[in-house]
Amino acid sequence: MSSKHNQLSDDNAHSARRRFLGQVGVLAAGISLAPGVTLNGIAEAREADQPASDKVRWGLLVDATRCAEGCDACVRACADENGLSGHGRPETDAQWIRKVTLRDPKTKATQSLPVMCQHCAEPPCVDVCPTGASFKRADGIVLVDKHTCIGCRYCMMACPYKARSFVHETLTDQKPHTPRGKGTVESCTFCVHRIDAGGQPACVEACSKTATGAMIFGNLNDANSTLSKALADHPSSRIRADLGTDPGVRYRGL
Amino acid sequence: MGWVKFITGLVLVVLLSGTDVGSACAQESRVPVPKPPKGKGEQCVRETSFMRANHMNLLLHQRDETVQKGIRTKKYSLRECIACHAVNGKDGQPVSYEDPKNFCRSCHEYVAVKLDCFECHASKPPSKKAAAANSENGYRASGVLPQ
Repeated sequence: MSSKHNQLSDDNAHSARRRFLGQVGVLAAGISLAPGVTLNGIAEAREADQPASDKVRWGLLVDATRCAEGCDACVRACADENGLSGHGRPETDAQWIRKVTLRDPKTKATQSLPVMCQHCAEPPCVDVCPTGASFKRADGIVLVDKHTCIGCRYCMMACPYKARSFVHETLTDQKPHTPRGKGTVESCTFCVHRIDAGGQPACVEACSKTATGAMIFGNLNDANSTLSKALADHPSSRIRADLGTDPGVRYRGL
Repeated sequence: MGWVKFITGLVLVVLLSGTDVGSACAQESRVPVPKPPKGKGEQCVRETSFMRANHMNLLLHQRDETVQKGIRTKKYSLRECIACHAVNGKDGQPVSYEDPKNFCRSCHEYVAVKLDCFECHASKPPSKKAAAANSENGYRASGVLPQ
């Protein structure tokens, strides 16, 4: 990925620390505070008492050509981070991120890629929600306010990406930063608690640390962000761009 | 029958005055009152009387600020309440809302006000033990080819 080479040539001074962190090309533009905790850039770091701003639009680039078949580091990282646990019922177990395998029936070529909430600029889930529980935050993250969610699941039907899950079982021992409960709909939050603390999603971190570094997270509104540069370098696509939802998640090599 | 009334009155006077029987009653109230365990530190984020009456309003305000705007100040956050008011059980670990010793439960059960915070929120601070166990939850994605 050429953007990665750009990052490596950007900043030789921190090469030792970068080796220590592993292949974290995504993080190189940020400031390393400790392993796993980074600021996305000074301009984007936000005080705890400041609301999310529409000057930022969070986005993600997934390089499908680097994503390895059989690797589910991102899925496991998401489950660990958010306390998702299966009940042995794949049809109804929560899936905030899933690995999808595409196969061209003519050439038999296969491709593997993660699919999660696409954090649309025009989210259909928000349009259909009868209580306003499904909403888009100022910085483009699409969330469910579970305090007002009545569990009607209209949003699940409206979502063209099948990104949302419904909690069917009574849960205990949830993570303090990820409240989850029976009777509400949930989906990928871009690890909003990490973003608010200046970090990046757990899947992106896991991919760069233990897998192929196929994900770049950043601010789509900032032309100088690692993400925007990577998007400018090579063509990328959005899933079902024809629907006009303008997803914040983009794919390279689809 | 005047003397009967006199004796009855005398007994009542003895009972109500500062005798042994009267002082025993004053020590232990016959009305059970909740005894919420004391939190950490000197004082809560506001004075105790204010918190008793208004903690739910502070939490309600903070909840919308946090979920919808991403404001994560610590002062009125539920997470900080739980961390400060954690009560340890017999095993030395903080107890959840399931345990009658839990700070929130000790009062809410008494006043019969149902809480639904902890159907979604964690009711105890995370323990290191639990964090380690969670990383081995055996969760696998569907659609992933076996390695």
